[in-house]
Amino acid sequence: MNEAFHNESRPNAEALGDASGFFPALPEKMSVRNLDFFYGDHRALKSVSVPLFDRKVTAFIGPSGCGKSTLLRVLNRMYDLYPGQRAVGNVLLDGENVLDPKLDVNALRARVGMVFQKPTPFPMTIYENIAFGVRLYEKLGKADMDERVEKALRGAAIWDEVKDKLNASGLSLSGGQQQRLCIARTVAIQPEVILFDEPCSALDPISTAKIEELFDELRSEYTIAIVTHNMQQAVRVSQYTAFMYLGEMVEFGETDQIFQTPREIRTQDYITGRFG
Amino acid sequence: MSDSTASLVGDARTRALKRFNLGDRAFHLITKSAAVAVLLLLGGVIASLIHGSAPALSEFGFGFLTSEAWNPVTEKFGAAPAIYGTLLTSFIALLIAAPVGFGIAVFLTEICPFPLRRPIGIAIELLAGIPSIIYGIWGMFVLAPVLQATLQPWLIAGFADIPILNDLFAGPPYGIGIFTASIILSIMILPLIASISRDVFATVPTVLKEAAFGVGCTRWEVVRRIVMPYTGAGLVGGVMLALGRALGETMAVTFVIGNAHKIHASILGPGTTISATIANEFTEADGVLYTSSLIALGLVLFVITFIVLAASRLMLARLKRQEGR
Repeated sequence: MNEAFHNESRPNAEALGDASGFFPALPEKMSVRNLDFFYGDHRALKSVSVPLFDRKVTAFIGPSGCGKSTLLRVLNRMYDLYPGQRAVGNVLLDGENVLDPKLDVNALRARVGMVFQKPTPFPMTIYENIAFGVRLYEKLGKADMDERVEKALRGAAIWDEVKDKLNASGLSLSGGQQQRLCIARTVAIQPEVILFDEPCSALDPISTAKIEELFDELRSEYTIAIVTHNMQQAVRVSQYTAFMYLGEMVEFGETDQIFQTPREIRTQDYITGRFG
Repeated sequence: MSDSTASLVGDARTRALKRFNLGDRAFHLITKSAAVAVLLLLGGVIASLIHGSAPALSEFGFGFLTSEAWNPVTEKFGAAPAIYGTLLTSFIALLIAAPVGFGIAVFLTEICPFPLRRPIGIAIELLAGIPSIIYGIWGMFVLAPVLQATLQPWLIAGFADIPILNDLFAGPPYGIGIFTASIILSIMILPLIASISRDVFATVPTVLKEAAFGVGCTRWEVVRRIVMPYTGAGLVGGVMLALGRALGETMAVTFVIGNAHKIHASILGPGTTISATIANEFTEADGVLYTSSLIALGLVLFVITFIVLAASRLMLARLKRQEGR
């Protein structure tokens, strides 16, 4: 019985190994192929394959501990900071292998930005929070920097709220404002991909709505991956959805298809709330 | 259930509550008196210091602080060399120990491989546990001769042609002196600075560091721009605590400072500190004025330490306000 269940899921997993066959028209900004991830001896990702299509929002759903956040942390090599964590497989960014040990991770993280679950403003002024990251890569004059900061803050729909107090501490903002400040900070360094790790889980519904509205604008310029526990949110913001379970990629497809006609029984059980 | 049982239960509960109340009041009283006792002790110490130093202060007046004289025979006493030595040794010690201590803390919290963190941390804390008399002996018999033979001649020769600095590092190399005392002090306060800053660095939320790495910061940039500012108040607090310890440190300094009541331009020259003077001379202080002068030195040290602590509190409060926390 259990065996049959597993066998049933196999053909699909293999098909995912060549996802471009499914969606031939779309260019892949990032491609994950047969990725395994280990926390010490624990195998947290099991031969995961998934594409991130250029300038689309891809949502990752699944019960806690299924490996969504782990996958995200591989995409910008955040796991590198911790000894004992390692990834095996292929992760390509524009065809270049992200897992290459010789790769400059700081440059990678400039191309693949990340917004975290909890707002993480730096302990400096609102202006500096944005300018700080920009300054790491570019030497801008005062006027250019002002412009860049304003553009980033506008891009994150927070400019009107902070324009009169750019010299106040980033920590003095409310939680929702802090999170949009973090998005602005990420946008300011002009990445190509932005990873969102449950960006709204610590926010109230109004702040959440503001951030969700941003996604439509952001995806005109950036390739986006978002991990979320909120399935309505996945439906609202994403064009593609990946369902993960116990470290496996169970199903990947267009968001409408995943939520209306899932191919996998486990996907259906999860989105209808029967487990997880 | 009849009314009588209900009221019986009610009575028992009232009695129990009354008992709790009594216990609470006793507890309140005990803790309060413990807190008041500290204030009384502090007041007592200040009062006796002032009382003890009154003869010297009325004899020399404000000049006690500025006079360089220290002559038990003619009974002329001044605190300037001791104050100068105390402040200078502590300052140089901080200059050496603070960067090294921060470095150790950064290494331990950010860079060191996990299996090595505990052993190195414990080794540093053991350094703090060494009694100061041992530092004194080691400083006198090991460090001072080594410095006399190596570092000091090199400093004297190296700065000989540079104005101002050649006065600061003027010979002859005695071995013992202000400079050696400062080095001993820096070694003694290093564990304090290192372990406090390590604890403070450990309070930086991981997500904040990850966010900084996430915009592409290197480790150095994360430490410099995120960890240091985030923990600024704590770091200042740690340094001030260390300064407090350095100001009052007696035994080790007494061994290696040279005990000369003179202000030399050169930091290689012998000098003295307040606590070293008191420790050295209390047993031989005969005469009211001599004893009283030593107590007055103690009062000065008390005031200096108090100012340092107050300043650190002020700085911490200001830093907190700046960070909007």
